[in-house]
Amino acid sequence: MELEPLVINLAKIVIVSQILLVGVAFMSWVERRVSAIIQFRLGPNRVGPFGLFQPIADGIKFLLKDETLPAGSHKPLFILAPVIAFASALCAFAVVPFGPVVEVFGRTVNLVILDLDGGMLFALAAASLGVYGIVCAGWASRSKYALMGGLRSSAQMVSYELALGLAAVSVFLVNGTLRPTQIVAAQEGWFWNWNVFAGFQLVGVVLFVVAGYAETNRLPFDLPEAESELVSGYHTEYSSLKFSMFMMAEYIAMMTMSGLTVTLYLGGFHPGFPTGDLSGWALWLLQIGAFVAKVSFFMFLFVWVRWTLPRFRYDQLMDLGWKRLFPLALANLVVTALLVAFDVIKG
Amino acid sequence: MGVLETVGFILLTTLTLSSALVVVFHRSPIISALALVFNLVAIAGFYLLLNAQFLALLQVIVYAGAIMVLILFVIMLLSITNESGLHRSGRIQTVMAPLIALGCAAALAFAVFKGSAGPKYVVSSTEFGTVRSIGTDLFTTFFYAFETISLLLVVAMVGAVLLAKRRL
Repeated sequence: MELEPLVINLAKIVIVSQILLVGVAFMSWVERRVSAIIQFRLGPNRVGPFGLFQPIADGIKFLLKDETLPAGSHKPLFILAPVIAFASALCAFAVVPFGPVVEVFGRTVNLVILDLDGGMLFALAAASLGVYGIVCAGWASRSKYALMGGLRSSAQMVSYELALGLAAVSVFLVNGTLRPTQIVAAQEGWFWNWNVFAGFQLVGVVLFVVAGYAETNRLPFDLPEAESELVSGYHTEYSSLKFSMFMMAEYIAMMTMSGLTVTLYLGGFHPGFPTGDLSGWALWLLQIGAFVAKVSFFMFLFVWVRWTLPRFRYDQLMDLGWKRLFPLALANLVVTALLVAFDVIKG
Repeated sequence: MGVLETVGFILLTTLTLSSALVVVFHRSPIISALALVFNLVAIAGFYLLLNAQFLALLQVIVYAGAIMVLILFVIMLLSITNESGLHRSGRIQTVMAPLIALGCAAALAFAVFKGSAGPKYVVSSTEFGTVRSIGTDLFTTFFYAFETISLLLVVAMVGAVLLAKRRL
């Protein structure tokens, strides 16, 4: 067995997961600052410049808080639940190509951790396993509110997974592949080559993003935790580091969802204009920067929507999922299939 | 099989069998259901060993990700906490259940022993198990079977809607 690919892969996994974790810390700061701006407040601005070191203070607080284990809880599952949620969110990011094939120290490195033939399915599979973290947390806590949160989330995630998957299938039709690197490669050049324009996926991207909000349990679909009804849903009984793992899982799931949206619809790491003579590190940095910028936009959108839109009622949420998004996704799929069949879309 | 495959096979077999035992013998239905999820994911691991990547991913999405969530959902809604009353079975069940199980085991054993003498299946190309090759097979070789199954699913769906509507 050759050692070199193994080392390169390990390095990629470590670096990407660390960047994601730093991103989580940064996002928690962004979320609090942006929410404050939206609500005419200041937000955390005391620790470090612009309050940037606030996440570090929060981290220390999470570490030092008392770790509670509710009496009557199912102990192994109670501990395992945040791990499942966290791990599945982190795994799904593995198939997102965040940069081109680069050369580092004379070795070619593909800037995607897992370049699978069925890569998009891998992301969907990992995301669908994430629901077990929430369900287990709800059940293992032995608390009414937590259980209700867990049940709600399982129903919600199963419902919205359909719309999410069907929206993605249209992209597979357009590009004729499920491999994320090939989907990105097909969207090179000007921004009108992106799937959202060239593949007529304007409806698709809206569907994907809306279903993605439900998948990540973010407002306006955060019914699993809905604090006015359920205290804080499935993580009511969690404290300290276990709680922070749920929080990190949520933010990483948001980043994965943003990364997938960018990969499927918005050209992945391609900046949207021909790069011309650029080559080497200048090109690679531009492309990685383009990816980060696009993902950042969607992350900001997550925050913006959360602090602007009110929460749905639970029956409205199910209604929207099954009676609006699901038929719309099916219609989008049929129209896309027809467009591909009659060569309007050139795959 | 290389060393890595052998180690993976032994590991997966242990995981699959032990989680299957948990499914059957654990007293809590929730733990049983979760063990079944684990079991299904481990079986997806077998598919990976056999180079059937697409099948493995679908196994996780469909069985572990969707069907088992619904089963867990139902168990939690009914909040079955103790198993007394769950296993109240009539005389027919006590006689028929072991017989059917034995029949299944016999059929499996027959298939295994017969299969071991038959032709060896080898992975013929790098295209094997990819989405493209499976799609091509489904829509050429297995076209009629595939369409029949989709008809079956439609019938099942209509039946489910009918049953639900009658109670509304």
